[in-house]
Amino acid sequence: MRSYAPAALPAVYPERSGGPWSFVGHVFAVADAEVRKLRHDPLELIMRAVQPTLWLVVFGQVMSRVRGVPTGRLSYLDFMAPGILAQSVLFIAIFYGVSAIRERDFGVLNKYMVSPISRTALVLGKAISAGVRALSQGVIVYVLALLMHIHATWEPWNVFGVLVLVVMGSAVFSTLSLVIACIVKSHERVMGMGQVMTMPLFFASNAIYPIVLMPAWLKAIASVNPLTYEVDGLRALMVQGGTSSIGLGIDFAVLLAFVAALVAIATRLYPRLVT
Amino acid sequence: MTTDDAEGAVLADRPPTRTGDAPAQAIRTMKLTRRFRDLVAVDAVSIEVPPKEIFGLLGPNGAGKSTMIKMLTTLLPPTAGRAWVAGFDVTSQAGVVRRHIGYVPQALSADGALTGYENLLVSSRLYDLPRADREARIESALELVGLTDAAGQLVRQYSGGMIRRLEIAQAMLHRPAVLFMDEPTVGLDPVARRAVWDHVRRLREALGTTLLITTHYMDEAEDLCDRVAVMHQGRVVAIGAPRDLKAQVGATATLDDVFMHFAGTDIETGGGFREVLRTRRTARRLS
Repeated sequence: MRSYAPAALPAVYPERSGGPWSFVGHVFAVADAEVRKLRHDPLELIMRAVQPTLWLVVFGQVMSRVRGVPTGRLSYLDFMAPGILAQSVLFIAIFYGVSAIRERDFGVLNKYMVSPISRTALVLGKAISAGVRALSQGVIVYVLALLMHIHATWEPWNVFGVLVLVVMGSAVFSTLSLVIACIVKSHERVMGMGQVMTMPLFFASNAIYPIVLMPAWLKAIASVNPLTYEVDGLRALMVQGGTSSIGLGIDFAVLLAFVAALVAIATRLYPRLVT
Repeated sequence: MTTDDAEGAVLADRPPTRTGDAPAQAIRTMKLTRRFRDLVAVDAVSIEVPPKEIFGLLGPNGAGKSTMIKMLTTLLPPTAGRAWVAGFDVTSQAGVVRRHIGYVPQALSADGALTGYENLLVSSRLYDLPRADREARIESALELVGLTDAAGQLVRQYSGGMIRRLEIAQAMLHRPAVLFMDEPTVGLDPVARRAVWDHVRRLREALGTTLLITTHYMDEAEDLCDRVAVMHQGRVVAIGAPRDLKAQVGATATLDDVFMHFAGTDIETGGGFREVLRTRRTARRLS
């Protein structure tokens, strides 16, 4: 108790308000808390390996014998590996809202909401933490690539670019899920919305077949689907001979715009969860 | 007992000022009101809480206590009226208010998936405590609530009393001027309740913190609070020191009688399904 100085109304550090470094520190604090939880309970990481393994080993092996999908110079497995990486990130991120609701129910959200950090820092921290968790997907898919003789590119900058795209993709869909959670406000409904959205997002994208095969109406949907841009970027960076059909710069820019827009929306809606 | 309207008018004559010195009142509300569709959860409540006081909001589930706390902690915008905490307006200066308050909600605010130490570390970062100070502050906070040995354990392995003590440490780490505690002893056994009370008193002694607690335990209000406001259906129906309120009702009156007298109903009555559900859920997780 000795370090507690008595005072009529003890002031905190009222001069230290905001500032860019303070903002960065807050984002880090939020993200770091999530990563620490993962360290305490790494079982989740193992569970995450199941889905991409099934898709690549079962679906991929069979489909690569069909030879009906025009994948250019790439083998079908090489073509779909980036798609499966994006998909496995999507399938986990889209249910992020469930943990946001749980955090609300437990009361932990109150701790953040009454603290002086900005709502933007809170949402951004959560988005980044979801992204960091998704990095495990990247590792898993690279390991599968080794085991299945998928022609992955191992250039450091390519791998780095892939991991950045994974973080961004996860941030997009987890924040989308958070926005939904703020609107529907219950566990079951977030789960339901996630179920409803995953398949359309997945199939209306270039994840397991090229866009050129799509009818015009589906092409239109695919062109506003952030997953398309994530997959396009991943395909260019992750596999040997892979090319971007949209343009890498556009892929990154579109994902960044989605993150920014969704974080802005979630920032406005998040306080609603505690009222 | 003054009516809310008359009290509001008196308060309106003395606008609060904040010039860097300590404000005259740690908490002030002026006709603070919150409606949820048809329900008026808090109905034109005007109270003043001077610095260093332990102030109790007393009433059954659904009386508006939690809604009051949510407005004062900036979690819920008021529908009408104004409130100042530590001299700052909860609506227009919400960010500054947050720097000066601590909050121990009824639901658990410590993260069960983190250790006690990590919970405090996160708080120290959220409140921009100077890096050089952090470890020492966390250490002394843990010491203050007697959790030094359990610091490395996951909070989900803590007992209910330990969790509450950690939450108090967490809410006090940045030495807030005003600490809000919503039903701090729900679900705790008598020994753990006493321990929480002791910590609350020690905090006030050591830091001069103003405390606003809500409770529906009469013994808690009587033992702990300098003054209480009896809330019923969103209104403050009586306000004063527990002893004075009892004297108003009768020579041998208890606080239960006081409540009965002013609210015209038993304190255990009332409370919606959601309130009861939340209380029980909290109680279950703490036990």
